[in-house]
Amino acid sequence: MSQNTPNDIVEKLTPKDFATDQDVRWCPGCGDYSILKQVQTIMPEIGVPKEDIVFISGIGCSSRFPYYMNTYGMHSIHGRAPAIASGLKAVNPDLSVWVITGDGDALSIGGNHLIHMLRRNFDLNVLLFNNEIYGLTKGQYSPTSPEGSISKSTPMGSVDHPFNPLALCMGAEGTFIARTLDRDPKHLRDVLSEAHLHKGTSMVEIYQNCNVFNDGAFFPFTEKATKPDNVIFLEQGEPLVFGKEGNLGIKLDGFKPTVVNLDEGFSKEDLWKHDKSDKIKASILTQLFDDPKTEGALPRPFGVFYAEERFNYEDVFNKQIQEALASKGEGDLDALLAGHSTWEIK
Amino acid sequence: MTKSTETKREVVILFAGDSGDGIQLTGGQFSETTGLYGNDISTFPNFPAEIRAPKGTLAGVSGFQLKFGSVEIFTPGDKYDVLVAMNAAALKVNLENLKTGGLIIANTDGFDKKNLNLAKYADGENPLEDHSLDKYIVHKIDVTKITRNALKGSGLGIKEIDRSKNMFVLGYIYWMYNRKLDNTIAFINQKFKNNEQLREANINVLKTGYHFGDTSEAFTSRYQVEPAPMPKGIYRNIKGNEATAIGLIAGAKKAGLNLFYGSYPITPASDILHFLSKYKNFKVKTFQAEDEIAAICSAIGASYGGTLGVTASSGPGIALKGEAIGLATILELPLVICNVQRGGPSTGLPTKTEQADLFQAVYGRNGEAPVPVLAASSPSDCFEVAFEACRIALEHMTPVFVLSDGYIANGAEPWRFPKSEALTEIHPKWVNDNSKNEEGKYLPYKRDEKLVREWAIPGMKGFEHRIGGLEKEHETGNVSYDPANHEFMINLRAEKVKKMAEFLPEQQIAIGESQGDVLVLGWGSTFGAIQTAVRELRKEGHSVSHAHLRYVFPFPKNLKQLLSRFKKVVIPEMNKGQLLQMIRSEFLIDAKGVQKVKGLPFTVDEIKNAVLGENTLEAVQ
Ligand code: SF4
Repeated sequence: MSQNTPNDIVEKLTPKDFATDQDVRWCPGCGDYSILKQVQTIMPEIGVPKEDIVFISGIGCSSRFPYYMNTYGMHSIHGRAPAIASGLKAVNPDLSVWVITGDGDALSIGGNHLIHMLRRNFDLNVLLFNNEIYGLTKGQYSPTSPEGSISKSTPMGSVDHPFNPLALCMGAEGTFIARTLDRDPKHLRDVLSEAHLHKGTSMVEIYQNCNVFNDGAFFPFTEKATKPDNVIFLEQGEPLVFGKEGNLGIKLDGFKPTVVNLDEGFSKEDLWKHDKSDKIKASILTQLFDDPKTEGALPRPFGVFYAEERFNYEDVFNKQIQEALASKGEGDLDALLAGHSTWEIK
Repeated sequence: MTKSTETKREVVILFAGDSGDGIQLTGGQFSETTGLYGNDISTFPNFPAEIRAPKGTLAGVSGFQLKFGSVEIFTPGDKYDVLVAMNAAALKVNLENLKTGGLIIANTDGFDKKNLNLAKYADGENPLEDHSLDKYIVHKIDVTKITRNALKGSGLGIKEIDRSKNMFVLGYIYWMYNRKLDNTIAFINQKFKNNEQLREANINVLKTGYHFGDTSEAFTSRYQVEPAPMPKGIYRNIKGNEATAIGLIAGAKKAGLNLFYGSYPITPASDILHFLSKYKNFKVKTFQAEDEIAAICSAIGASYGGTLGVTASSGPGIALKGEAIGLATILELPLVICNVQRGGPSTGLPTKTEQADLFQAVYGRNGEAPVPVLAASSPSDCFEVAFEACRIALEHMTPVFVLSDGYIANGAEPWRFPKSEALTEIHPKWVNDNSKNEEGKYLPYKRDEKLVREWAIPGMKGFEHRIGGLEKEHETGNVSYDPANHEFMINLRAEKVKKMAEFLPEQQIAIGESQGDVLVLGWGSTFGAIQTAVRELRKEGHSVSHAHLRYVFPFPKNLKQLLSRFKKVVIPEMNKGQLLQMIRSEFLIDAKGVQKVKGLPFTVDEIKNAVLGENTLEAVQ
């Protein structure tokens, strides 16, 4: 759709060029600010002209996002951004489309659209701001809130068992599964850039702190004191190592991940080496989902769990049009109007 | 022996049998051949909701009703002249509507003990044997046996042989009405082009049926129905859903756009998806979404991307789309939403017809969300209305509703189709070089004199903008919570739709004077029954006219004046009086309603009696 050729890509653009004149209205201190900043930072780097970028969101705090991006954008209705993005991408495959959604938007009211978008594998990026709470409606538990969450709607604790979002996305045949954090700007930028490069639906779960209604939900993974023991950063081809001293690692016993100590007779060679093309192992990685507060909890992985090349819906969808045009020729409206048998009244 | 030939002006036939008897195909073939011959025709398929209802049962009866004639035909008829009953259940269910003296063609094999039991006839009771049908003419034919004989040695199994019984009936009816077999033979050749055995067998049985009429000693009458005096031109047969599909394709093409159709399968709208999915070489992109909401949202996404987005469904699906229709309304993006109405509420009567979603179309959204609503009045009118809906959506930047229903969606009639060059060019409201203000800024919600905004789509450099479901500031489109602005925008969106009436055709009288005792005002698929009833009433000397609304919202600008010229306004509807309420509240007139909500179209007599029963008519001396 772009009238630009790759050569006149506006390399002069800066993150500022991607900001709008609208006041950002999130609560001070909200994790959304960091995500907005990192997205604006990588935009000039991805090499797509501004007019070919579209942000589409649903409803929720995070879904205000498009108003703050000086690209094309639509703030739509609750849960439906994936469906709108699918239609847009189907008719306009050259656009760089970014779906902005939250845990309630994507996993509760819009769950159906999310899983179907993933299996169809449209080439677009989904940023799922997971804050484990409903912020915009002022503090009800969400489908990712831990069991027993005390919230406005669950004074005695929530009864629901939460989703494991990335396991759900693996189950929905997603082709790019990643997790990152609002409080680790560099990691966030790296994952976003990789998501952009992946040709397919790139699912990026971002742990985002809602400092008003669920402050600290992810502190075990974000704060200096606890982060090293609770977080594994995934690097392609690298062993799964973590811990303050960098001396702990994950070893696979059959299908069972176990923590081993490199100071106690294990070497890096014994450890699980990350391979994002391995679907089985990626599935196991998504199951490293222990509550960090429990005894013996496995650390939680961050980074790109899984990446697979699979055809995009829009490519085959539009290829069929081209094939029909090639085999039947461009449709003749008069022939269509006349149908297969006519008669004349004189 | 010589057979006599009697000339008839019009004939109503009902083909009835099990869902598996090929009734719809038989009726469809007869309609096509009869149309080709030059008769005017109207058809009405009537089938059970179950795909394969238990064989031989009353619930499993499938019907195909058609009326054809040497005069103008507007409905498939109230009562049948001919009832083809493939089994006892088909007779039992339909006998009530057979004219006294009418003809029954009964497949005797379908009246054996088992079938009679299934049709709930008492033990030992057989209507073909007990004189209960004496006021009718009965042709008893053992269709099964004759078909089996004809295909002895064909190498086909009994099951396959029995499946071609319908061809015998068709051949026989062709003989009865002096029709040629060519068209159906061509159809069979095409349908079974890869199976010579079935091709030969079906043609053989078709001819057997025809010759049976010629040689059988028992039946002596043939009928002649001369071509109708239709306006000169080239015709084809068309069903409503196909006409809708073609109208959408033509609309997109005349606007220079591709068509995107997002939909989720639902009776009776699915055929639109089937048709459109075949026309990929018209750059029609069909997307079978995961649900009704995704169907419309994908269409909104497509429209946002500069393609004409369309979705269709029936009542239950439209209910699910409500929020998204509101979004399209506040975004002011082009979108066409078709509702092929069926019996409601809830799942209701999926295969039966009704007009009870008018309120849903006009009012069925949260907030003040005006959406123009158009209604198709006949199978071929679905084309015109779908095309017009595309035009309005694109030229007025708005979602538009198209209402049809199961009756016209599946019904067929001859159509003097237009030439593509005769169709109006459609001009989408694209942004242009002058669309920016002095500061070089694009204001997405700046409007022209029609209150229509301009369309900029992703990929257009310098027009980057954000739109959304939150209330927007006048012109800039920025989010605004300002109370005065909200009310201003509400009024603006209402005014925009209201203003459309200034650019739409005035309401015409379909038949009759433009003033008088009674105006019968209709909308949608009741056109044929009302038109026929009004013609008959006029012949009987009454002062009655008929007007039929295509533009149901906003109303045509002259409607008030038009209604005021009649002493009475009578509004027949297949609902509990929805247009009636709209007319009464809009114009404060004492209009009278005529209501039928049986899942079936009005009969002509029902409308005549209602109009007469209103005590509104005195015969003109
Ligand atoms: S409520 Fe929570 S998520 Fe929403 S803006 Fe405020 S801090 Fe952010």
